[in-house]
Amino acid sequence: MTQQHLAYVLRLADNALILGQRNSEWCGHGPALEEDIALANISLDLIGQSRLLYSHAAALETALTGQTLTEDDYAYWRAERQFSNYTLVELPHYGPLAGTAHAAKDYAVTIVRNFLYATLMAHLWPVLEQSSDSHLAAIAAKSAKENLYHMHHAQDWLVRLGDGTDVSHRRAQAALDYLLPYTNEFFSADALEDAVAASGIGPRGADLKAAWLADITAGVDEAGLKLPTTGNYTTTGKLGIHSEHMGYLLAELQSVARQYPGAQW
Amino acid sequence: MSPTTHLEPRAAAGPDRIPGHGTVLPTHADAMLARVWAVLESVPDPEIPVVSIRELGILRDVRRAADLPDLIEVVITPTYSGCPAMGQISEDINLALNAAGLAPARIVSVLSPAWTTDWITPEAGEKLRRYGIAPPQGDRPAGIQPIRFMTRNRPPADQPPCPHCGSVHTERLAQFGSTACKALYRCLDCREPFDYFKPY
Repeated sequence: MTQQHLAYVLRLADNALILGQRNSEWCGHGPALEEDIALANISLDLIGQSRLLYSHAAALETALTGQTLTEDDYAYWRAERQFSNYTLVELPHYGPLAGTAHAAKDYAVTIVRNFLYATLMAHLWPVLEQSSDSHLAAIAAKSAKENLYHMHHAQDWLVRLGDGTDVSHRRAQAALDYLLPYTNEFFSADALEDAVAASGIGPRGADLKAAWLADITAGVDEAGLKLPTTGNYTTTGKLGIHSEHMGYLLAELQSVARQYPGAQW
Repeated sequence: MSPTTHLEPRAAAGPDRIPGHGTVLPTHADAMLARVWAVLESVPDPEIPVVSIRELGILRDVRRAADLPDLIEVVITPTYSGCPAMGQISEDINLALNAAGLAPARIVSVLSPAWTTDWITPEAGEKLRRYGIAPPQGDRPAGIQPIRFMTRNRPPADQPPCPHCGSVHTERLAQFGSTACKALYRCLDCREPFDYFKPY
């Protein structure tokens, strides 16, 4: 039981919560009823995973510090710098070809992001099923099953968009060009991942890169898209240094809990 | 792994005993536990009321609490991580036990082993089908499978049969249906839409 162990579980939880929150913005606004329901269901799974992970983190933190915390303390009462999700998952749904208005959500951005993230998790959850942390392994076993449906949903749509009309192809390619550089952060070296890898809790991101890239390349090929280069810049969300979009997302996520502290519903 | 007789202990499908909590009495040796099992048999799934939580594999065990032998523990496991019905299921369990004079009980949620649609009994699968929901087919989506699209020219081979007319000539409309655990399909022969309980 170490501080790094706790921080690693929170990283996993934050990714699930923030992407779940982002994707839930489609609820009631989906491009078709079926997709509205799909995104709501995917968000439900992600937020469910984050709840299990936050509850586990609370138990770890209690063991470490004696403080009694709940899942809500992590979701509602931490500040932006304390969240350690990848920058990718906090980005809004509007892409480079859309307007910058919040209403101008681009489904291609949503789909490409889910494709990049779910494909990573399709490699990460099975490794975590072997974690030396048995509770984390149990959460991973459930999450791995759900994630496959998320991945297949994103893959289906990647092909429909990439191999669809000229407009859908152009938007899918633009979304891929825009988002792929953010995936550098999945694999960047980091003292925290070194520590958890040494204690058998989880892998380093870099360990997953070859398998992830093979799947991404296959999916992008099938969709008739081109894999762009990712460049050298690496975002720093997992270190707590976020994009300008994160604060707005948290403000929406946390406002009710902060206006009515301790409210029950 | 299908628990077919609910009064038998089911070591194979049940949750792991918590290490260090000592021996738990075998279920069938304890009349009180047998009564709790019988009462919980009448607790339906809140979203699919034709099947019980036992038949769906959500109810994993009924036992005496290791720390308080007079207290009954009801062990349940969530289906999907974000399943919103879990709170309702706990309430329904408490209500049923209250009505039968068996309360209070402690409800324990376990994650491991992870719930799987393999635990849905064959009888429950048949009830689902009669209710209009195609029961899960055996094949779960494979682990890493880079390309498994519903492409225009290659329909996937694992289409569930229509619960209304039995035709295997069906197509998927949406991978996510009315609840987290279901997908939406359409029968190409009788033209009826139907829910499919996804393998998990």
